[in-house]
Amino acid sequence: MKIFKNTGSKQNKAPVRAGRRHIDSNRQIGFITYMFLFLFLGMLIYLGYFTQVRSKNIINNTYNKRQALLESRLIRGDILSSEGNVLATTVSDNDGGYYRYYPYRNTFAHIVGYSTHGVLGIESMENYTLLTCDGNIVTRISNDLSGKKNHGDNICTTLNTKMQEAAYDAMDDRKGAVVAMNVKTGEILCVVSKPDFDPNEVIGRWDRLNDDKDNSPLLNRAFLGSYPPGSTFKIVTALEYLKEHNGNISDYGFECKGSFEYKGSVINCYNETSHGWVNFDDSFAQSCNSSFANISSQLDKRKFEDTLGQLMFNKELPLPFKYSMAQSDIGRSSSTDELLQTGIGQGRTLISPVHMLLITSAIANDGVLMRPYVVSAVENSDGGIIQKTRVREYGRIIDSGYSKSLQNMMREVVVNGTAKRVLDTQGYTISGKTGSAEYSSNKSLSHAWFTGFADDGDQQIAVTVIVEGGGSGGAVAAPVAKRVFDAYFN
Amino acid sequence: MELIVVEICRYLIIICMGIYTIQCFAVFRYSNEYDRKGIYLRQNFFMVMIHFMSFLSLYAQYDDLMYFRAYLIQQIGIMIILVAYRFVYPKANILIINNMCMLITIGLIILTRLSYDRAMRQFYIVMASALITFAVPFIISRIRLFEKFKWIYVGIGLASLAAVLMFSSVINGSKISFSISGFNFQPSEYVKIIFVFAIASILAHDHSLKAVLISALIAMIHVLLLVASKDLGSAIIYFIVYFCMLYCATRNVFYFLIGLIGLAIGSFGGYKLFRHVRVRVTAFLDPMGNITDAGYQIAQSLFAIGTGGWLGMGIGQGAPKTIPVVAADFIFAAICEELGVVFGMCLVLLCLSCFIMFMNISMKFEDPFFKLVALGLAVAYIFQIFLTIGGVIKFIPLTGVTLPLVSYGGTSVAVTLCVFAVIQGLYISKGRDHKREHIPSPEDFKTEKLDIVEL
Repeated sequence: MKIFKNTGSKQNKAPVRAGRRHIDSNRQIGFITYMFLFLFLGMLIYLGYFTQVRSKNIINNTYNKRQALLESRLIRGDILSSEGNVLATTVSDNDGGYYRYYPYRNTFAHIVGYSTHGVLGIESMENYTLLTCDGNIVTRISNDLSGKKNHGDNICTTLNTKMQEAAYDAMDDRKGAVVAMNVKTGEILCVVSKPDFDPNEVIGRWDRLNDDKDNSPLLNRAFLGSYPPGSTFKIVTALEYLKEHNGNISDYGFECKGSFEYKGSVINCYNETSHGWVNFDDSFAQSCNSSFANISSQLDKRKFEDTLGQLMFNKELPLPFKYSMAQSDIGRSSSTDELLQTGIGQGRTLISPVHMLLITSAIANDGVLMRPYVVSAVENSDGGIIQKTRVREYGRIIDSGYSKSLQNMMREVVVNGTAKRVLDTQGYTISGKTGSAEYSSNKSLSHAWFTGFADDGDQQIAVTVIVEGGGSGGAVAAPVAKRVFDAYFN
Repeated sequence: MELIVVEICRYLIIICMGIYTIQCFAVFRYSNEYDRKGIYLRQNFFMVMIHFMSFLSLYAQYDDLMYFRAYLIQQIGIMIILVAYRFVYPKANILIINNMCMLITIGLIILTRLSYDRAMRQFYIVMASALITFAVPFIISRIRLFEKFKWIYVGIGLASLAAVLMFSSVINGSKISFSISGFNFQPSEYVKIIFVFAIASILAHDHSLKAVLISALIAMIHVLLLVASKDLGSAIIYFIVYFCMLYCATRNVFYFLIGLIGLAIGSFGGYKLFRHVRVRVTAFLDPMGNITDAGYQIAQSLFAIGTGGWLGMGIGQGAPKTIPVVAADFIFAAICEELGVVFGMCLVLLCLSCFIMFMNISMKFEDPFFKLVALGLAVAYIFQIFLTIGGVIKFIPLTGVTLPLVSYGGTSVAVTLCVFAVIQGLYISKGRDHKREHIPSPEDFKTEKLDIVEL
């Protein structure tokens, strides 16, 4: 659109009018006008970008007091599992009021969360989506006319009810966490954290739940727990060794006598077992600390630091929910003792179960990590899809060749190594790595880890299990993982 | 039932505002006011519709006849302004009048929703200011001596700003306003107009280095006085206005570049020198991380805009009162929350159409003094809008200035009405110019009517 008439230099034709000298600065005025128009254009684009893209994350904040306001006007939407089972819904009581009901009670407690006393989990993440009504206009008007409340949008999740229940039951009363995902799509399949709570009773028991510092039942250990990785970290150490030797590991050999001494540091094998002569694959399968301490002593600290960076240690994870960042302080200045301790997963390294799951699923997916997600779609109350999550790659974090080597080594762990107990499966195979992470000065106490993936030739899923103070990973954690795999494949 | 009313009104208000805004720009397609008449009338219709539907929503929700009464009073008041201007100044630019009344309407709607008493108080201030500034176009278009008073402008301007610095009380860390018998005055607002006149009178006919230096010195003293009273929003407006005027008067890009460099140095200096500038910058960079203190205001503003979304929550349906100083500095957030971001964008475009019309008027002048006055006022107007809206949506750090004619605040409204009236006077006098400067001939008498309303 032409904004100015007779502007600019064309106007210069009549500099003298009625004897007055005409100084024409219309070009300058035009320039200033366009400068401001440009400035405002930028501002409007930003406002549009904010409204369309950024606002969703911003408004989901406990300081935003509009939740109660919206809740008084419409019925909070449902949260559904991948099979369409209702995980959270709003029910009316006899007095015409509404309350939130969680049919699976404790089973989905941490991941689905609650909305009655503050918010947690998906209830928190999708707080304002659940309180947005995208229903069709006719329904909305007829609801208005008949004095009924409109229904907020529903959240469809990727959670698999069978797996969630299997993981929940397998954990029994033990503290810890189980988390699983589809390695090819990034769908989060189950998230269990123990001890748990009943989200239906959060209001009544809030103080007790919140004050229980020993058990922290409200803490989602799968995402927010920080544990020493123990022998599961040998995946990382092995990867670094593979990288430094261009995948050539056939020359490696080591005589294990139950302990390894190097420059004054002593590393013992689990229960001080001596593994005898081991090659690289044996060391991994038997989880031989002495051999891995020997391997660690040969690693380049600076390159190790780079590899840890690629595996997202000390970095943000591509996760849509709160998590604790993995810590590792291997670097140029690390001492030999630190390097050896880290190499077998002790030392100052800490990791969350979900981070271990991401590393495992990248290995299972030939080195490519898919972006994990738990909300697959947003639907209106009539089932119409408002928004669908796309499957997206996060990127390659491990070289495909090294991933394949690690896959074979992890399969060896189940076939011949520490996780032999879960070898017997129907229709699919398990590969993985066990861990028994010491967490106090009492060396007999350890967290039991298992992280692995299962493959039936078509589908591949990864599972990570930690049982706090559970002892041996192979004996305690691996069977839990097997029950979760069974629930998926059978 | 009331929800249906609110819902339907919500959509209709956005549609009306959209059409109104399109018409603001459609006006530029026609070169004379005569052809624009139809558009202007339609604009008045949509203006009334928006006002009516907003109050219908409020009435439906609160079920209080008080809102109905307020609507009638406000609507009649605005009608009087519209009609009186057209009768007294038949050659006035009606787009400017329409937009002025539209902005006042939007302000009154959102203020009534926020606080009934404040809205009525604002309404009376608007009416009183409109009455007082009603003579301004007449004075501007008849008296041609404004150029001669340069030292008087400088004197009044500097004296007012110095007085604020010395005698006014400190509110929120800044010395901005005077309180005289219950009324708050913000001299930095009205000195803006005087400042534009002062600079225009110095630079209109004299572009020598001496004149430039004198004008620079005067501008610098103004800015420094404002900085000393910690009224940094105004200081930056004066600064920008001065350099835009200097650039146009001298047509020298070099001065413009100096202005930009000066702005960068000044901003950096302000950041180093003043704690409250650093607080604002911290809040701008990470409002959510500082939500308990520095970032609270801006975070609440973003919550409001984000929760409202494109179409808003409907008038009366949001929680704009959670935003601090919502009636003044953050009124744009309240508008976006309840009337929608689409409406907010239309509001910005509406202000831009005013600005374009102002600049258009400036371009049509051959007299350098009035050309500069129009330019200076236009820049002061649009830049203030940029500062306030940019701050509220976190596009730039917050400066704490009001949205002219919409925000609550007596001085701001009165001064902006005065600015609109001065521009209107310039527009009318431009029409008179043509009449005077032509040597009458039979040919001219035929085309005269067109010529006068050509703008």
